[in-house]
Amino acid sequence: MRWLTDPWQLGYFGRGMLAAVLAGGLSGLIGTYVVLRRMSYIGHGLSHAILGGTVVGYVTNFNFYVAGGLWGALSALLITGVSRSRRIGADAAIGIVTTASYAVGIALISRGHHFTRNFEAAFFGNILGVTTTDVWVLVVVSAAVVAVIFFLYKQFLFVTFDAEVAASYGVRTGLVDVVFSLVLAAAIIATMRILGVTLIAAAVVTPAVVARLSTNSFGRMLGLSVLIGALTGFGGMYVSYYGDIASGATITLTGAAIFAVVYLVGVVRGRLGRRALAGAIVTDWDQASFPTDVPV
Amino acid sequence: MIEAPPLVEFRDAAFAYSRGGPAVEADLIIPRGAMVGLLGPSGAGKTTLLRAVLGQVRPVRGEVRIAGEPLRGRLSHRVGYVPQLETIDWNFPLTVAEAVLLGRVTESGPWPWPRRRDRADMEALLDRLGKSERADAAAALGRVGMAAFAGRQISQLSGGQQQRVFLARALIRRPDLLLLDEPTSGVDVRTRQEILGLLRDLNDDGISIVLTTHDLNSVATTLPELVCVNRRVLAQGPPEAVFTPAVLRATFGSEMIVFRHDGVLLTADAPAHALEHPHHVHLHHGVPHDELESGRRAR
Repeated sequence: MRWLTDPWQLGYFGRGMLAAVLAGGLSGLIGTYVVLRRMSYIGHGLSHAILGGTVVGYVTNFNFYVAGGLWGALSALLITGVSRSRRIGADAAIGIVTTASYAVGIALISRGHHFTRNFEAAFFGNILGVTTTDVWVLVVVSAAVVAVIFFLYKQFLFVTFDAEVAASYGVRTGLVDVVFSLVLAAAIIATMRILGVTLIAAAVVTPAVVARLSTNSFGRMLGLSVLIGALTGFGGMYVSYYGDIASGATITLTGAAIFAVVYLVGVVRGRLGRRALAGAIVTDWDQASFPTDVPV
Repeated sequence: MIEAPPLVEFRDAAFAYSRGGPAVEADLIIPRGAMVGLLGPSGAGKTTLLRAVLGQVRPVRGEVRIAGEPLRGRLSHRVGYVPQLETIDWNFPLTVAEAVLLGRVTESGPWPWPRRRDRADMEALLDRLGKSERADAAAALGRVGMAAFAGRQISQLSGGQQQRVFLARALIRRPDLLLLDEPTSGVDVRTRQEILGLLRDLNDDGISIVLTTHDLNSVATTLPELVCVNRRVLAQGPPEAVFTPAVLRATFGSEMIVFRHDGVLLTADAPAHALEHPHHVHLHHGVPHDELESGRRAR
């Protein structure tokens, strides 16, 4: 069992592990709502939009989290506003808002080559470079998100299941949407330096999809998704350490492996219908958004 | 003695589509304790009228009053709403218990878990609604009450049970008024009869009921009162009064015949030969065309 304990001899591993487990659990928590509300596209876009904000913050000498927080809240509210309009093309409008914001960041990075290193973590995640501040931000954001979801559990569930009927039962659906988008933005900012903007969407969606395949109850799905997210972070950290691979990638791949196992077990047992999967729409990770042409 | 105001009142109200143009107009009174069917073809504005009572659609002219109070934003009155089953996401990981308890969303305290009282009410409601279920379906489920499958996912139920779950979600609010959007669409004949029987029982218990339907023979003719709608209220009254070829023509835009068979009121699309030789069918003697409006505000 030495292989389990050995990495802990290194100080940064413990901090990284805490960050990975927290980031995984937090992503699993919000992922349940993202998947069931079929918002994976919005989560994906929002993470890119926020990256633009953090670059602007860097250029104007703002703190990563302050700039990302302000920009993220603004983007989240804008996206919520656009997606509530019933006009055709809301998804396209969201795409424009988020990619434009992302492009601002890319443009600024390409202008000043000297600071691209600082954004490597934001793009790809760098768990071993996690600072104490990063961990504290993650702890505070996780606690706040858990508190919001705890006290608005029923309202969130009703709006996720059927927003229109929820409104007729007295739920303030507009307020719930705004609160959820802010929670989503906060979670993305807090996990961005750990998982990387390009891989956050996978960390958000995968645990929830695995949980959905394993249960038919919303309450159990939420709990399972948090657990699977945390486990993914835990396992991914060891793979990263022993394989000498970027942690964002190993966490994502661990999640994908758990999904594959659960899916195959379901198929073998014959319990899994197409119904269960139909609720979990996974966006295709558009390769175009991967910053291949950015000088890193 | 001052008479209590009607439960629902549309005072010269008009509702419009978001892009302008009137969707439906209504000048209508629904008294307390009524069991009313809003009858009309698809797109006639039935659902809009239901949503207006819920406060989700605001009139562009006139007003909607609930128990004498103008409807502004939030509903103060206890209204239970049962949406069309077709609009429900059956893939959603929601158990029967979770679905029913959503009905108490705004009154069950801040904790995520249900209070003991809510759970007891939920089980009592499911068992009560389950009793009306036909024997063979109950047998298939091992002769247990509906509360016994509170842990099942909502798609793992029969059509009748699914309708009961969402009826229970509305009833757990202890409503004075129950609104149902096409409660009998997409269910088999026996389930339809059971649901209508269940609604009659609830109405006998004092709950006012408004439902929409486009089903003439198996639903509309069995209701005590109908409101025929097609962009505006065309007639209101018991089926015997409003089921005339003239009202049906105005409502559905096609020629129909009305007749009685063994005391049961029935309608049918008018076959060409019946229109040519009307003496072959015994047309129901109802209100003549020019008195079409006289059925309105029958009460």
